[in-house]
Amino acid sequence: MVHIDSLQVLADIAKERQENISDVILIEQARENEESADEVLKKMSANLKVMKEAVKDGMALDVKSESGLSGGNARKYQQAVLAGKTLGTGMLDSVIMRALAVAEINASMGRIVAAPTAGSCGIIPAVCLTLMEDKRISEKKVVMGLFTAAGIGMVIAKNASISGAEGGCQAECGSASAMAAAAAVEMCGGSPHMVIQACGIALKNLLGLVCDPVAGLVEVPCIKRNTIGAVNALAAANMALAGIESVIPPDEVIMAMKSIGDLMPGVLKETAEGGLAATPTGKRLEKEIYGIK
Amino acid sequence: MNVFDIIGPIMVGPSSSHTAGAARIGKVARKLLGDELQEVRIQFHGSFAHTYKGHGTDRAIVGGLLGFEPDDLRIKTSLEIAAGLGLAIVFEKVQLREAHPNTVVIKMRGGSGKALSVIGSSIGGGNIVIKQIDDLKVEIYGEYYTLAVVHQDTPGMVAKVTGLLAKNSINIARMNLYRSRRGGEALMIIELDQRVPSRAIKSIANLECVISVRHLEPTKRLGGE
Ligand code: SF4
Repeated sequence: MVHIDSLQVLADIAKERQENISDVILIEQARENEESADEVLKKMSANLKVMKEAVKDGMALDVKSESGLSGGNARKYQQAVLAGKTLGTGMLDSVIMRALAVAEINASMGRIVAAPTAGSCGIIPAVCLTLMEDKRISEKKVVMGLFTAAGIGMVIAKNASISGAEGGCQAECGSASAMAAAAAVEMCGGSPHMVIQACGIALKNLLGLVCDPVAGLVEVPCIKRNTIGAVNALAAANMALAGIESVIPPDEVIMAMKSIGDLMPGVLKETAEGGLAATPTGKRLEKEIYGIK
Repeated sequence: MNVFDIIGPIMVGPSSSHTAGAARIGKVARKLLGDELQEVRIQFHGSFAHTYKGHGTDRAIVGGLLGFEPDDLRIKTSLEIAAGLGLAIVFEKVQLREAHPNTVVIKMRGGSGKALSVIGSSIGGGNIVIKQIDDLKVEIYGEYYTLAVVHQDTPGMVAKVTGLLAKNSINIARMNLYRSRRGGEALMIIELDQRVPSRAIKSIANLECVISVRHLEPTKRLGGE
């Protein structure tokens, strides 16, 4: 790969080549794999297919996790939307429903695409598939959006982290949200500069988010955090499309995320010893799940 | 880095380390046994011991032992499938010394009586490392085509085996040699860029002093087919 070690470099290369960020990432990956662009595209299409199935199954099936902690909320939400019981926020309802569906499928040992992780797997499909439907964006463009998301994720992984155990949930759901926002902006015709601004704004909004899963399982709060990651991505994408900029440059936001992650105590990094996991209810659920008296 | 490491892999949930990685460890262990599996004792250490039920780590390891890929939906019902096949499984918790928190010991017995013990760790993002085979400390990552050659520790074995690989135009990515004592049994782990054709495997197995040869497919696939 050409050296893409910052979002700015990525946006600059795209601008110079008069291409989208997704084109840059696709071409570089094909070169590295010694494959044709078509072959690499095909692999990403396979990912999109799994994302679609996860949404469908999450909504249709009677989903329940192994621990019994989660499942069934995507369906509940869908029924509430159909019955007109929610605020009626259109695209917002759609991303919440899809994020719940995919995250619940993950918790129930269904098939998902880690994006960037399994815990945060609902955010990118929720945003991309909702735009595809509501904005009638072509499948090809959505697949390219996934390359944009991947490119952003690569930079974050390189300069900070995409693992909850290393950087807290800001690194998982925060990164996924930034990646989804970036994809959304490109899919809706925004410039590479706008794409990275969306990424910076989305990431900023979720800085400091800790990883505190109840009983150490990828369910509570993970599943609902997928919805906030998706909703936040829409907000950030909209702001970027309106020309709003991140005052702190996106690459510096990533640096901030890294330093916050380093400062975060171990009990708030996937060890299930702090935060929500350590609440009276969190502890009680843990005991019930593992049969400890 | 690979974009399909970021958007991917395709896997059965809920956790890349506790589910997908666990399935890969099971798959490699079974391949190393190279026999019909009859009995298995699965010992969980650390975080695996604490959360294996909720993460389906037990189902994932057994799925892997049955040859399922990390994205195979049958992982969810692997315990039932294994029971149907008459496979005897025991799960236990252990405390190992100085082991990665996500570590499992898999003690297998095959149909022909062969026993093999494998220790593997799931080191994050679905990546794994096999740390020990019986008494030998090893390092196998399962990302390449891998040959595991057990042989008598005599001079010239490496040259003979690599010579046969070269003759078949197979490129070596990484190679390591392990032995418990001088002149005893030794293990050659060779990671390769290409699949090894079965006739090459046969000619390695036919070499004097070679005890067994196992060929492992990479257990990590990035990007769908
Ligand atoms: S709380 Fe932790 S385990 Fe759950 S999604 Fe966030 S980073 Fe992943």
